[in-house]
Amino acid sequence: MAKKWNLIVDVERCDNCRGCYIAVKDEHAGNDFPGYAAAQPSLGHHWLDIRRKERGSYPLVEARFQPVMCNHCDDAPCMKAARDGAVRKRDDGIVIIDPEKAKGQRQIVDACPYGAVYWNDEKQLPQHWIFDAHLLDSGWTKTRAEQCCPTNVFQTVKLDDAEMQRLAVAENLSVDRPELGTRPRVYYKNLHLITHCFVGGSVVQHVNGIEECAAEATVVLRQKGQEIGRATTDTFGEFKIDRLPPGSGRYDLEVTGPSGRATASFELADESPYLGVLTLA
Amino acid sequence: MNLSVLLWGIPQAMRAMAKLYPEYAARLHERNLVAQFRLRDVPEGRWIELRDGKVKSRAGLHASPDLTIHFKNRQIAEGFLTPPFDMLERIDAAKNFKIGIDGPDELAVWFMQTLTRLETVTWKAGTDMGNGVTRYTNGTNSGPIFVYVKDGKILRTTPIDFDESDAPSWSISARGKTFKPSRRTTVATHGLCLKSMVYSKNRILHPMKRVDWDPDGERNPQNRGKSKFVPISWDEATDLISREIKRAKAVGPGAICVANGSHHQWGNLGHYLSAFNRFWNLLGVTKLVHTPDSWEGWFWGAMHHWGNSLRLGCPEFYGTVEDCLKEAELIVFWSSDPDATYGFEGTERREWAKQLGIKMVHIDPYLNHTAAHLGGKWIAPKPGTDAAMAQAICHVWLTEGTYDKQFVAERTTGFDEWKAYILGESDGIPKTPEWQEKESGVPAREVRALAREWGSKKTYLGAGGWGVGLGGAGRSPMGTQWARMMTILGAMQGYGRPGSNFGNLQFGAPLDFNFYFPGYGEGSFSGELMASANSANNYQRMPHIVTMSSVRQAIPRMWFPEAITQGKAMGYLTDVSSIQGQFFPFGYPSPGHVRVEMLYKYGSSSLGTQVASNRWINAYQHESLKFVVNQSVWWEGETPFADIVLPACTVFERWDISEWYNVGAGYVHHMYSMNNHRVITMQHKAIEPLGESKSDYDIFLAISQKLDLGSVYSEGGTSEYDWCKRVFDSSDLAKLTTWREFLKKGYFVVPPDPETARAPTANRWFYEGRKKDTPEPYPLPSEYVAGLGKGLQTPSGKFEFVASTLKRIDDPDRPPLNRYMPAYEDKQREPHLADFPLQLLSPHSRYPFHLMGDDEGCSVRDIREHRIFKDGHYYLVARINREDAAARGIGDDDLIRLWNNRGSVVCAAQLTDRLRPGVVSASTASAEYRPAGEPGRSTDLGGCINMLNPSKPIAKKTHGIRPNTTLIQIEKWNGVDTWQPVAETA
Repeated sequence: MAKKWNLIVDVERCDNCRGCYIAVKDEHAGNDFPGYAAAQPSLGHHWLDIRRKERGSYPLVEARFQPVMCNHCDDAPCMKAARDGAVRKRDDGIVIIDPEKAKGQRQIVDACPYGAVYWNDEKQLPQHWIFDAHLLDSGWTKTRAEQCCPTNVFQTVKLDDAEMQRLAVAENLSVDRPELGTRPRVYYKNLHLITHCFVGGSVVQHVNGIEECAAEATVVLRQKGQEIGRATTDTFGEFKIDRLPPGSGRYDLEVTGPSGRATASFELADESPYLGVLTLA
Repeated sequence: MNLSVLLWGIPQAMRAMAKLYPEYAARLHERNLVAQFRLRDVPEGRWIELRDGKVKSRAGLHASPDLTIHFKNRQIAEGFLTPPFDMLERIDAAKNFKIGIDGPDELAVWFMQTLTRLETVTWKAGTDMGNGVTRYTNGTNSGPIFVYVKDGKILRTTPIDFDESDAPSWSISARGKTFKPSRRTTVATHGLCLKSMVYSKNRILHPMKRVDWDPDGERNPQNRGKSKFVPISWDEATDLISREIKRAKAVGPGAICVANGSHHQWGNLGHYLSAFNRFWNLLGVTKLVHTPDSWEGWFWGAMHHWGNSLRLGCPEFYGTVEDCLKEAELIVFWSSDPDATYGFEGTERREWAKQLGIKMVHIDPYLNHTAAHLGGKWIAPKPGTDAAMAQAICHVWLTEGTYDKQFVAERTTGFDEWKAYILGESDGIPKTPEWQEKESGVPAREVRALAREWGSKKTYLGAGGWGVGLGGAGRSPMGTQWARMMTILGAMQGYGRPGSNFGNLQFGAPLDFNFYFPGYGEGSFSGELMASANSANNYQRMPHIVTMSSVRQAIPRMWFPEAITQGKAMGYLTDVSSIQGQFFPFGYPSPGHVRVEMLYKYGSSSLGTQVASNRWINAYQHESLKFVVNQSVWWEGETPFADIVLPACTVFERWDISEWYNVGAGYVHHMYSMNNHRVITMQHKAIEPLGESKSDYDIFLAISQKLDLGSVYSEGGTSEYDWCKRVFDSSDLAKLTTWREFLKKGYFVVPPDPETARAPTANRWFYEGRKKDTPEPYPLPSEYVAGLGKGLQTPSGKFEFVASTLKRIDDPDRPPLNRYMPAYEDKQREPHLADFPLQLLSPHSRYPFHLMGDDEGCSVRDIREHRIFKDGHYYLVARINREDAAARGIGDDDLIRLWNNRGSVVCAAQLTDRLRPGVVSASTASAEYRPAGEPGRSTDLGGCINMLNPSKPIAKKTHGIRPNTTLIQIEKWNGVDTWQPVAETA
């Protein structure tokens, strides 16, 4: 089985330093790579981009970041939309929008459900992140994004598809919007930090009439009486229970500690709820 | 070697090099001249004639030479000309008139450079990567990079991956794990975006003159910033400038003022502390005295408790990475966001701490980048109230007995007075967690929990951006209170005890601190001995001719506008040799000096980086300022407020040499301990200067030649390339590699010390009552009271809870006992500001470095956490809490106006929960100034946030800024500007 390129992106490691984002612009702005890509406009294109997601609300909040780019799908909608073979799939898995043949084919931009193809107005050309194919072909072993990333978000790996699938299972990797069925070659680690919710709160108790943080309290989260998750409060009485699917309905939460008990219920919509102060009594 | 042989050899070498190197042959075509070498005591010598590229030479004396290079006698001549050259001998010969050169200055410089080129033309730089690509290296403000060049154009730039021939990395074993840093350089966006800046549409490519500035007629200063410019030749530009310099000098001493920004492109030679200082020292100028920018609270406050004056009030840091990883159980990041502004070398080490299970707490009104990345408890006090929260922590420690009683008893003074204040015995107000809650808004229970955690666990206090001080809440009104509290918290927990110290793993990697390579703070070839750390090492190690300005007039940079518009300004010196050095006032104008008439502005940062920056526009348009030059790489906000604009080139278009984050013995000794490896880079000239731009060095050379100072400025025709070699030779690098090898590869990794010989842990000596053993030459010997290396720099030699040096200056904002006072710009203190209900934080951006990277052509502009593209323009982002936005009907990406009496700035809103409600955060990173109406008197669409910040000092008797709690109002921007500045009451 032929070895093919895949990119693994760890969402938990990304802190939005934007090095990869700038590196892709550095690689392509002002540089033509015939057969691979025409030069990118100096501003306005985001071939590799970073999505920002805040989870929770003040003062219990997280900032998460998801690098996104052309997924080099094995079932790529852009290929189907292209005329004259303007988009091709290489044997190593990389999708290339031909900088000559694709001229004027705006439908290639529209076809991408991820919004990862950009329209170069001046050149009348659809353009995307080419997986640094021109560099990999000349002996590079990693993408520029991986080479410059200070927090090791990216892994550029060349594996046959079966090996990649085993790795995806072993490391609990997922792809962006798998329901689209496009079979992306870009895999994510810890994508739940973007796609899922947590519930959090601050537990307090009164000791000799003084309000104190309640550490070491047990928090149990239930849905329809079934335990979904459990946590212990930290020194500051705070807790988080993660990996709740957005829009998943009503939950009941119970906190127990040496000085009493507190309960709360909430309806989980799209955002991670912070339940505020829960007082043990 | 025999003189006649030496002299005979010169024309031979010239002919040979012209045959081998077309570049050298071309150079010989540049001038026709006769140069005579001769002895002064006897009529002996040899002349060389260059005509149409041909070299002719005869022994003896020429009848009418253009240039004469004369030696006092044969022995001196032979010593001077025999390789290998001893630079100390050569400098001695030049400055003691043992040799001399007569003839036109411009020709002399050219001829001397032609002689030195005989050697340098043979040097080879860079690595051939095949396919016509050469890989060069460079240094940036964020770290060393590779620069790939093809067909004379930069293809890409990347961080450096080390290879097997580079020195090994250190490792640290802690709690059963071994950690080794990644073998590479890490670089922030402002170091990765530079190709886009080199080729920016906004580059200045030609000398320019303002159309309505006429040196012989109307100068129209009121039109600065408004009227157009036309290109002129370098010859015309340098003519005009040299004429104006002569005119201003005739007015009197100090009439020329020169001003630089705080930061420059990375490098030793092109830095303002090098070429800029060397050139202006030869003319005598009024200089701007910078405040201790970024150190405000530490310098004016913390220093009084423990000294450390040569570190501007910050503590030492040696060995703290290892000690923290091995011993600490908790790290408290207090106003500390190293991931925002100092690259990513420390990030990896903080990730190790997380792996080890070391707990983390982040105290900052903004859930900053470091906090967001690492996780842990976030506590968000109201800006300006951190000191109250810190005092409540002391209260818990005192009442629960969880402080280091032995340290307090043996190593400190004034504790009883401090204790009485905290417990409320002396003023009736116990500084309890409940008391602080009313000030800071932080729940009392959280402060108690934090104090208990801290009092029971070995804790590193990461205070300020570096963890060992700098910035943070110290850059705010009464920021001295906060920085002073940080020292007090450290002292109550016995700093220096294993696991208890200052730091956030940003500083203190176990590197070799004895290997010498100069940092930019050492002034390179400036010859300046007072206003740089030149005399510490560099002046001995790299012999060069001393220079000094004879003008004794200076202007406090913060109040430059007042100096121009009101004719006077007063500041306090940044004299770091002692604690009381900061008590010395200085004033403008100085006795016997005249008012400034000419300003030479280096860079264009003032409107983006200087507080209440509309003031600068008033100064620029003031009638007393007759001539303004601006020398910049890019056309930025401040650039058009000039009469002549000179195009400087980037660091990719000239030669330099430097070490990553090495400031030198100036003010952050061993700053490179932020990095995981010491990396020294050749900053290759990768491409030719764009357009007609020139290096700063060559611009000053061109002007100096019009003033007959070229030979002195360039030390006899030394070029930047030659200086690189002299810097190399002056350093310990020359002991471990050769010049040619270094020049080709472009970087060198300095081997770290073996584990057995690492620098001792910071402050351990003090904790244990031993003589100081850390490798910093601070304090100065004369500062010790008890003897060299014994105790601290304070009058008592101990940590002083009540700062005795503050008893020597009567500053109402800095009482010797650090009692809590509401800050300025707080409604409790300034009720007349009630119309402005929000507090503005104005931190540095993590994307541009100050203004570098915010250029209109730079790729960083597309980063949507930095700017938002809307209606054809990139607006600076202002972060607002969702509640505050909802109350004003503001949505994400909406254009909003931020304003107060001083300024009005339009930004794009970014709604967030990462900010405490009531607080707005926008970075001071705007390279653009775009007034909606009259410059200085209208709303800015460019994003110069500093327009809003006050021009008053951090404490009464200081010279330091106080942004970061500035009161403002915001509203949706409707596109109609009616804002007018309102004069501030005192």
